[in-house]
Amino acid sequence: MYPNGYQSEEAIILILKRWLFVREYLLGNAAIARGLLEAGVGLVAGYPGTPSSEIIETLVNLKGERPPHVEWSVNEKVALEVAAGASWTGRRAAATMKHVGLNVAADPFMTLAYLGVGAGLVVICADDPYCHSSQNEQDSRRYAQFAGIPCLDPKNPEEAKEMAVFAFELSEKFNIPVMLRPTTRVSHAREDVEIGAAAARGGQCRFIKNPARRVALPIHARPLHSELLAKQAAIEEALESAPWNRLALHGNVGIIASGIAGLYAEEAALELDEDLSFLCIGAYPLPTKLISRMLEHVSRVMVIEELEPVVEEQVQMLARKVNPNVEILGKAGFIPRDGELDYLQVRNAIARMLGKAERETLQNPAVSILPPRPPSLCAGCSHRATYYAMRKVFGKNAIYPSDIGCYTMAVGMGTVDTCLCMGSSITLASGIRFGGENEGICCSLGDSTFLHGGMTGLLNAAYNKARITVTILDNSTTAMTGHQPNPGTGMTATGEATVQVSIEALAKALGAGLVETVDPYHLDDTLESFQRAKDYPGLSVIIARQPCVIKARRSNARSKPFQVGEECKGCKICIDFGCPAIEFENDKARINALCSGCGVCAAICPASAISEVAK
Amino acid sequence: MRTSVCDLVIVGVGGQGVIMISDVIGRAAVMAGIPVCGAETHGMAQRGGSVINHTRIGCRFSPMVASGGADVLLALEPVEALRFAHFLSPKGVVLVNTRPVLPSTVTCGQAEYPPLQDILAPLKARCNKVIAMDAIALAERAGTAQAMNVVMLGALAGYIPLSEELILQSLSLVVPQRFLEANKKAFALGKAEVE
Repeated sequence: MYPNGYQSEEAIILILKRWLFVREYLLGNAAIARGLLEAGVGLVAGYPGTPSSEIIETLVNLKGERPPHVEWSVNEKVALEVAAGASWTGRRAAATMKHVGLNVAADPFMTLAYLGVGAGLVVICADDPYCHSSQNEQDSRRYAQFAGIPCLDPKNPEEAKEMAVFAFELSEKFNIPVMLRPTTRVSHAREDVEIGAAAARGGQCRFIKNPARRVALPIHARPLHSELLAKQAAIEEALESAPWNRLALHGNVGIIASGIAGLYAEEAALELDEDLSFLCIGAYPLPTKLISRMLEHVSRVMVIEELEPVVEEQVQMLARKVNPNVEILGKAGFIPRDGELDYLQVRNAIARMLGKAERETLQNPAVSILPPRPPSLCAGCSHRATYYAMRKVFGKNAIYPSDIGCYTMAVGMGTVDTCLCMGSSITLASGIRFGGENEGICCSLGDSTFLHGGMTGLLNAAYNKARITVTILDNSTTAMTGHQPNPGTGMTATGEATVQVSIEALAKALGAGLVETVDPYHLDDTLESFQRAKDYPGLSVIIARQPCVIKARRSNARSKPFQVGEECKGCKICIDFGCPAIEFENDKARINALCSGCGVCAAICPASAISEVAK
Repeated sequence: MRTSVCDLVIVGVGGQGVIMISDVIGRAAVMAGIPVCGAETHGMAQRGGSVINHTRIGCRFSPMVASGGADVLLALEPVEALRFAHFLSPKGVVLVNTRPVLPSTVTCGQAEYPPLQDILAPLKARCNKVIAMDAIALAERAGTAQAMNVVMLGALAGYIPLSEELILQSLSLVVPQRFLEANKKAFALGKAEVE
């Protein structure tokens, strides 16, 4: 019937079981959003960041069922504090962010562990092993351990949904925020997930004053720290029996695996046809009783987890007490500490432990003939035009600190010399100037990034007299993560009109001396503005404003495309500009169907060979 | 021992509709009551970059297809088929749209786009069968070049353990009503191409 006509009995039983329930094929993040609804969450706040953004996007699209308050916050710290406020007012609340966003929110995160919650408070922090779309691959389980906050680490979308509901119960039971930590392969996985009913949200809520638990004065913080440490044992006890820590004792070789690594390991055990003992871990603090039982049962155990040896270190410590003779394998020589695990890595590590044959990781057959296809700025992206003008005015010796957004992809244009963290372009630029650099310094960051983490840096640059130019690449959206609105757009997460913050007024209020706004599609004006900024003897700000081309296309604001005429001399200046709409064929440039009609290439063509297609 | 009934790898370029194909298959599997999971690329990869989706039908393990494990490699773009050929099982099948999308490295002259036969030959050497078709031409025949991915879905339909009826039912949930007829036509043309 099928090329691989195979259907196991197990699959048929699963089919029969699942037939009885409503199931949907959901993205992991949509499953988490569903879990929030089923937990009766009253407020969700977050800042977009891959791979976490679709949690809030799913919620805002659910018009009828949407929680009473869903917001894109200005940054992750703000999001967590807004969520904490709602929790203290008696509403279940969640804050969403990516792993590096938790660094921004670390300040409230650490102290909220002391102060506790009102109604349940859940911090959803999506990790990105392999840096698919991130600047690092830090392991947030370490943060949870550091703060003394319980962490739920789902293996798949269905578990993520169930954990989202459980997290609120755990939070309320132990008066502590709870972290839900999906990884990219959970947040951006899809799976058939069972759907339940959305829960009621309760009636009127009030903030109840209680300085001893809400005011982190030293006199309050000291006993709260003792309390936090004391409750760890009780949390661990409660999580021992949580359905996500599963122990199955079989043979005398064991696997202890966390999150998605457990799925790889279980699949490998089936493929290798081995009767291994298994402990799958999905909840932290770690279940020491279950680990001890495993260690008493086996003579050899492999710990399989992505990134940091969080589980392995505790297994090592417990083994000293429980069974010092057990052989523990893991990060040393078997499981990498960096990058993302995959099935073959895990399968081969297990096979090696068992002395079985490893399966070769196949290489691509003809990799040498493959043209690279890196992600790049869109055809007609205004960032390209801004960077072109910036480079033209400031020259190749100037220093160009940049930031986090689509524009980081312009690294090949020579205008992205740094990318560290959100908003760091301005502060690095200041430091580079104060450090003694005498060349021109022109940094750049997007509108959303500026509002997220750039404003304090601009204030600092003004206050401390940094002679730099700050370019705000204002495409009036948060483009890289999927076009979320921000305070500069005049629209909230749920599409309501709100105050539209003026970036010009902000820049002036923060102390910038020269503030100019340009349309980067108008190349001559942009060049002149950059020249004035370069010559300015203080802190200058250029706001390069042009809506994101993807958004403009969606709202049907199309322009007429451009074409290359006979005058083309094949000088390739337009090709070097790097727009994907310009190709080179038979010694002449050609404009393809991707052209959005921005017209910048026409302005840079020395032969005036590029013109608008006549109607 | 097999750990999944059918493993698919669907590849292409951002904007070609890779995720839509996996969504249709996933929903159809749910309707059939078969466990299904998948993994996709978001973020950086979408700005004109390569896109890969894993879909596992009848599988309760991880959503990732192992290297050397794909029963079908469905490619919406020829170079992308080759880029992800290491996922193919030696018994696997490749369904590939022959219409290239030139990467920026080619349009600006840093790299060359290989001729079609140089792409298909190494694919043929490492799997059971390669079926190549101009899915854009077929989609245009159905009424819109946009339905190229649905042409490829039609070609795929006979290779996955889901009935055509369910796939079409699922398609009608995903595609806006006004484009449904053209998409159904595209599906039928793709299906006819492999028969």
